[in-house]
Amino acid sequence: MAKSDVKVLGAWPSPFVMRPTIALNIKSVEYEFLQEDLGSKSELLLKSNPVHKKIPVLIHGDKPVCESLIIVEYIDETWSSAPSILPSDPYDRATARFWAAYVDDKVFPSMKEIFIAEGVEAKKAAIQQLVDGLILLEDAYVKCSKGKPFFGGNQIGYLDIAFGSYLGWLIVTEKFNEVKLLDEAKTPGLAKWADIFCADPAVKDVMPETDKLAEYAKVLAKMRAASK
Amino acid sequence: MAEEVKLFGVWGSPFSRRVEIALKIKGVEYEYIEEDLANKSPLLLKYNPVHKKVPVLVHNGKPIAESVVIIEYIDETWKHNPILPQDPYERALTRFWAKFIDEKCLPALWNSTWSKGKDREAAIEEASQHLNTLENELKDKKFFGGEEIGLVDIVASFVGFWFGALQEVSGLELLTEEKVPKLCKWSYEVVNQSVIKENLPSRDKLIAYFSARFADASK
Repeated sequence: MAKSDVKVLGAWPSPFVMRPTIALNIKSVEYEFLQEDLGSKSELLLKSNPVHKKIPVLIHGDKPVCESLIIVEYIDETWSSAPSILPSDPYDRATARFWAAYVDDKVFPSMKEIFIAEGVEAKKAAIQQLVDGLILLEDAYVKCSKGKPFFGGNQIGYLDIAFGSYLGWLIVTEKFNEVKLLDEAKTPGLAKWADIFCADPAVKDVMPETDKLAEYAKVLAKMRAASK
Repeated sequence: MAEEVKLFGVWGSPFSRRVEIALKIKGVEYEYIEEDLANKSPLLLKYNPVHKKVPVLVHNGKPIAESVVIIEYIDETWKHNPILPQDPYERALTRFWAKFIDEKCLPALWNSTWSKGKDREAAIEEASQHLNTLENELKDKKFFGGEEIGLVDIVASFVGFWFGALQEVSGLELLTEEKVPKLCKWSYEVVNQSVIKENLPSRDKLIAYFSARFADASK
């Protein structure tokens, strides 16, 4: 497929945007990345995602696909030759989808909560909530990986993408709060997995640099403080 | 191997009813276990330790939680009478609308009923917008799934059936022929599809339950 047939509307700091780009890389599909201006939404975005007006959007030919994990499944089903992103067994697929939903519904909000929490006690409570979630994910990792490097086995799969896309922000959270979230003591499997994931060829060029993300987080924090 | 399928649910829950509808569409026999949410069974807590919620499907001893995850599992395991379309783009659209209904419509409709004051006004405004979005998405189709019901119709049965009951109890007027004529017509069609009709809770029982709750909430 010609490069211009596949476009991704996104922005570099967004963990959600990384999901389709990692998936496209896994499938060796060429695509054009259209960077949205942070702070204003392009005509193309508003036209392609009128319901939510959010990134990422995958535009395949003239068809827009929205919602990051839905896009990943679309990519897996459209470019269906190996490597597969979702597992082949229906129960394993259900398990991967369950934990991906858990990551979005529980882990990500906990992480955001840490940034917003005011006062030492509130921050501590938010951090504990996130750590509790990560311990559950450690258990899921052990069960899903069955001794192999990724949730998906020997290769990056759906749940690796769903959770791994947050790693940049997880590292920034650790830095800002001087706390270890993924560590050898509490989450040994995930601590190792994180390094392998970030170094993977499908991931390394689309994972934002921690310093750049940290700077961006500071800008966001200033904006939040200013709007109070 | 003998199939063993169990479903843990609650009579009034739209989430557990949607799984029952999916199982009925596939003609799968199952054992239904009614849970008392105030007194959750040890089995439920064992099968869904993360969320401790219904519905949970247990297939040959293996538990699955989260209603849409369960329905996709059912669709992939029993392949006849498909609930999701085959085409990847159509599947993406189906999943998109199911997610929109669950993450945006349901909370807004629920909050419109139960919240008060400014929160209620904001919820009503949001719910109206979302119902309009659904109205526009329906276009001239008989169902969201086309000629036959699909995942989106099953998920949207909350709007068609449960919200109808909530509306009656609360006096809200959001799902009306004047405001959303296509959606009203659709909700009539969808709740009269036999596989849905036969698997919905009794409307009278639901109204009684909501009325009691509404009376309590107004005190």
